[in-house]
Amino acid sequence: MLVLALDTATPASTAALVEVTPDGLSGIAERRTVDPRAHGERLAPEIAAVLADAGLRPRDLTAIVAGLGPGPFTGLRVGLATAASMGHALGIPTYGVCSLDGLGRAAGPGRVLIATDARRREVYFATYADGERTSGPEVAKPADVAGLLHGAVGSALPAGLLPGTADESVEAEATVAGLVDRAAGEGALKYGDLFGVPVEEHLLYPPGAALVALAADRIRGAAPSEILTPLYLRRPDAVEPSARKPVLT
Amino acid sequence: MRDEPLVLGIETSCDETGVGIVRGHTLLADALASSVDQHARFGGVVPEVASRAHLEALVPTMQRALDEAGVTLADVDAIAVTSGPGLAGALLVGVAAAKGYALAAEKPIYGVNHLAAHVAVDTLEHGPLPEPAVAMLVSGGHSSLLLVDDLTAGVTPLGATIDDAAGEAFDKVARLLGLGFPGGPIIDRSARDGDAASIHFPRGLTAPKDMVAHRFDFSFSGLKTAVARWVEARERAGEPVPVADVSASFQEAVCDVLTAKAIDACRSTGVRTLVIGGGVAANSRLRVLAEERAARHGIAVRVPRPGLCTDNGAMVAALGSHLVKAGIAPSRLDLPADSAMGLTEVSVPG
Ligand SMILES: [Zn+2]
Repeated sequence: MLVLALDTATPASTAALVEVTPDGLSGIAERRTVDPRAHGERLAPEIAAVLADAGLRPRDLTAIVAGLGPGPFTGLRVGLATAASMGHALGIPTYGVCSLDGLGRAAGPGRVLIATDARRREVYFATYADGERTSGPEVAKPADVAGLLHGAVGSALPAGLLPGTADESVEAEATVAGLVDRAAGEGALKYGDLFGVPVEEHLLYPPGAALVALAADRIRGAAPSEILTPLYLRRPDAVEPSARKPVLT
Repeated sequence: MRDEPLVLGIETSCDETGVGIVRGHTLLADALASSVDQHARFGGVVPEVASRAHLEALVPTMQRALDEAGVTLADVDAIAVTSGPGLAGALLVGVAAAKGYALAAEKPIYGVNHLAAHVAVDTLEHGPLPEPAVAMLVSGGHSSLLLVDDLTAGVTPLGATIDDAAGEAFDKVARLLGLGFPGGPIIDRSARDGDAASIHFPRGLTAPKDMVAHRFDFSFSGLKTAVARWVEARERAGEPVPVADVSASFQEAVCDVLTAKAIDACRSTGVRTLVIGGGVAANSRLRVLAEERAARHGIAVRVPRPGLCTDNGAMVAALGSHLVKAGIAPSRLDLPADSAMGLTEVSVPG
């Protein structure tokens, strides 16, 4: 079964072709561009390119897997709109997976913090134990991640370093280090000093094969197609207008 | 008719998700989903809310259009999509979806200019457009006067608003009068019971000095402020506000300037056809005044029916059909969503 994986939840636009067999999967081709402002321009040519690389046509696809985020909304929607329209046009199912889970799965064994850049000095994050999500996804300031993780994961937190202490950076460093062994994702790289755990610098963006692996059971079981709804985690910035301001003074 | 191109158009530049299908100049389907209700309490379109709504609405709207036209994607000759101008995040959803459909169905894609599409839609109702023509596009997002020499090659801007769009002025005045959102249809209705001559509101950029530098430009910000001042003065004096009279007088000021400048543009360029498009073209007073003034100078006015004046997918399909028939090369798969797309580009070059 030939599966197309798309992800635009990070600065990377990723398109990958993955072959799913009854007992495994193998990557066929992958294209990635890292440019936070270019998802809309880059993704479609990447899809055309992976198909051309493999000598295949869109009609050869069996299913599409898309990263639902969380991620900056504008770029994230590019991947989902593309996946949904292709699925519709081809009459094949689309499956959504959490983009952070793609990174978590690819990170392998151990306790791992996955953090991606949410802009506005915040990160989207989740924690994983041996590839399975144990908390999140959430959005927070890097300095507050430890406090949220502690509540969710419930591991030992050194006394006196609970959220709300004066020096936020000390708190984040000490507590994150107590909860996970390492971190991955471009948010972890950006705020690595703050988290105080080793960062997997080779694992910054969700790999296509990991995204497909997360949906492999649905693909093999020909599960019903899913509506691809983004994991927004934030409400739109919009304020209802207050009472009219007088123009006469 | 079978020889005419079957073109599908996708529009997501503001708060309407539109998918239209045309064969040549014949409209086969015009499916629309609007997020206008979600914006009402904010008194204007909230870009992020619009973008979210487009993503949800696109596939269902596409399916309705295909069903309505009784065609499949495989039958389509080309897919056109609004590339700009418009709200960046909203445009991007439509462009990404159009690419997905074009890629999957292996069809050519045309990224087109939203304003040129507002002009092209008129051909679905009134047949081929005599060129050159002058087009006036007035909506919540744009207020422009254009010279249309060749709809598929390029359009020359004559003038545009220097501040608020005409439709924006309707929204703001409707809010000021406590009438709701969107303001256009509400003011139009309210004005029917009012006296348009009861209050004289200013006509922006019509003074002799403005007619030198801004002959075909518009300004509605001063008008909006004048209405606010007038209403407040009444309220401070403890007098009731004659809402219908204010609506009618405000509407008259907008329509007076719009039509005067449009006719002036036709006369100065020797053009005998005026096309009016955009949401404000649905205004009843604008239509009457334009007809009246144009008739005096032997100018024909073409206004599509209201449903085709506001943003929709049919207009994008109509322009796409023109491009296909003219043998214009399609755009490439890396075509951008360009929120500030200029009028010199009718479609994104391939
Ligand atoms: Zn428009």
